[in-house]
Amino acid sequence: MSVLVYTESEEGKIKKIALEAVSYAKALADQMGTSVTAVSINANDTSELGKYGASKVLEVSNEKLNKFNGEAYADVIGQALKNEGAEVIVLTSSANSKFLAPTLAVNLEAGYVANVISLPESTSPFKVKHSVFTNKAFATTEITTNIKIIGLGKNSFGLKEKETSATNEAFSPNLDAHDFDMEIVSVDKATDKVTIADAEIVVSAGRGLKGPENWGMIEDLAKTLGAATACSKPVSDMGWRPHSEHVGQTGKPVASNLYIAIGISGAIQHLAGINASKVKVVINNDPEAPFFKAADYGIVGDAFEIVPKLTEKLKEFKAQNA
Amino acid sequence: MKILVCISHVPDTTSKINFTDGDTKFDTNGVQFVINPNDEFGLTRAMWFKEKQSATVHVVNVGGPETEPTLRKALAIGADEAIRVNTAATDGFSVAKQLANVAKEGGYDLVIGGRESIDYNGGMVPGMLAKLIGANFVNTCIGLEIEGDKATAIREIDGGKETLKTSLPLVIGCQKGLVQESDLRIPNMRGIMQARTKPLNVKEPIASNAETNTISFEKPAPKGAVKLVDSVDELVNLLHNEAKVI
Repeated sequence: MSVLVYTESEEGKIKKIALEAVSYAKALADQMGTSVTAVSINANDTSELGKYGASKVLEVSNEKLNKFNGEAYADVIGQALKNEGAEVIVLTSSANSKFLAPTLAVNLEAGYVANVISLPESTSPFKVKHSVFTNKAFATTEITTNIKIIGLGKNSFGLKEKETSATNEAFSPNLDAHDFDMEIVSVDKATDKVTIADAEIVVSAGRGLKGPENWGMIEDLAKTLGAATACSKPVSDMGWRPHSEHVGQTGKPVASNLYIAIGISGAIQHLAGINASKVKVVINNDPEAPFFKAADYGIVGDAFEIVPKLTEKLKEFKAQNA
Repeated sequence: MKILVCISHVPDTTSKINFTDGDTKFDTNGVQFVINPNDEFGLTRAMWFKEKQSATVHVVNVGGPETEPTLRKALAIGADEAIRVNTAATDGFSVAKQLANVAKEGGYDLVIGGRESIDYNGGMVPGMLAKLIGANFVNTCIGLEIEGDKATAIREIDGGKETLKTSLPLVIGCQKGLVQESDLRIPNMRGIMQARTKPLNVKEPIASNAETNTISFEKPAPKGAVKLVDSVDELVNLLHNEAKVI
């Protein structure tokens, strides 16, 4: 009857979004009068999971699973669910979780709702609220199947510590050859940069920067804040910045704590994509830019003057608060 | 090679989102519908396979007659044939089941869908469809080459990309990057004329079940006014003491 949560790791380290998923699973388990079981794949250290409310951790250790594989990972999570007799699975909104969730849903004949933003308003019937129309609206949806899969929207619940004594158990799922019909040839990933998916702060810039050669000050600001860099659609279309940095309705969604938009006017598609961010700051020389209507804080002025000053000020601030 | 491109009929990205019938239905009043942008990237790549590798390209949508102009647009862009499964799209699973039936009957080598539709953002149909027909699946696909029955796909991962080797039949959930924005095609007059006579087959749905049921919609609470500040000192102070994000 427990709530199962898949706790993603990277290079053996449990990801922060996984801890948010455990926090959510714990609150949900409390609501349902049950406990949380986490399943981790090739994580080195799962001791943190208890701190956020996991009572049991199923640890899978298998060399074949070193690289992500949607089919195989879905198989592992499905078997963990059966092992536990769980009825609800909590997943994150990472690229990998979104990859495996539909496979898992078909395997388990489970109803799946993505981008869930809060605890169920009721668990019988099971009704959850999730974002739709790229954050321009929310829907309340009932999951009618016995087994339910929740894809938790990033940064929608937060980390909530709930010290629980967790027991660890080794778990060895049965994997069949079909699980590995896909071969990963190469992975190309910048390890020294904060990704938009993981970032708590995102610094984003648009056409107002006039050219790709002016991104140095954006990168400096991002580095000072430990932030990821992002850009608007025209900037990625013109090839000033890679597509992977394009945020907005057809690009990546951003759900960071702080989003700083520099020289971005704020087209409706862009605003939709970043709407789930908690605090938005806009720096733009046009006081009529639509972004000012969507932002919490704004400075009207020349980005080329303000951004370096802001970086300097933040460096001072960091030094004082270190 | 036979390719099936799944086309979702969605409100244009600039649409104002409103609800009607006591907030239980999307208000289509004054809304222009388009091919889901993620699907359009896929359709454009399919056109490349048609031109360079002589692929046949069919498009499919699950929906009522009101979605036919969207399918005609896909035909005008260059698809050879369209199929409309004549039933309302209720939830992701029931749509995936209808599409799986079309995919199986048509014996397609490659099924292309968008990573997600920009209306319900479920992002589940391509993955479910792949599982239902027993095909390989690559999500957030930003590159695809096919040689015989072998495929090489590039997938976007958080913070980078990954190159995969797999085989047909294959389903992909694609996004921008599979083709560039500048590769998208605007139908020309010839395409539009030809589209009028290309087959658009209406197919009755198979028995299917929804697993989820949306009860109501709501819009976010209106936002308070922006706080304009004059200096970076003040901004840093507010971000630290008021917003508490740094």
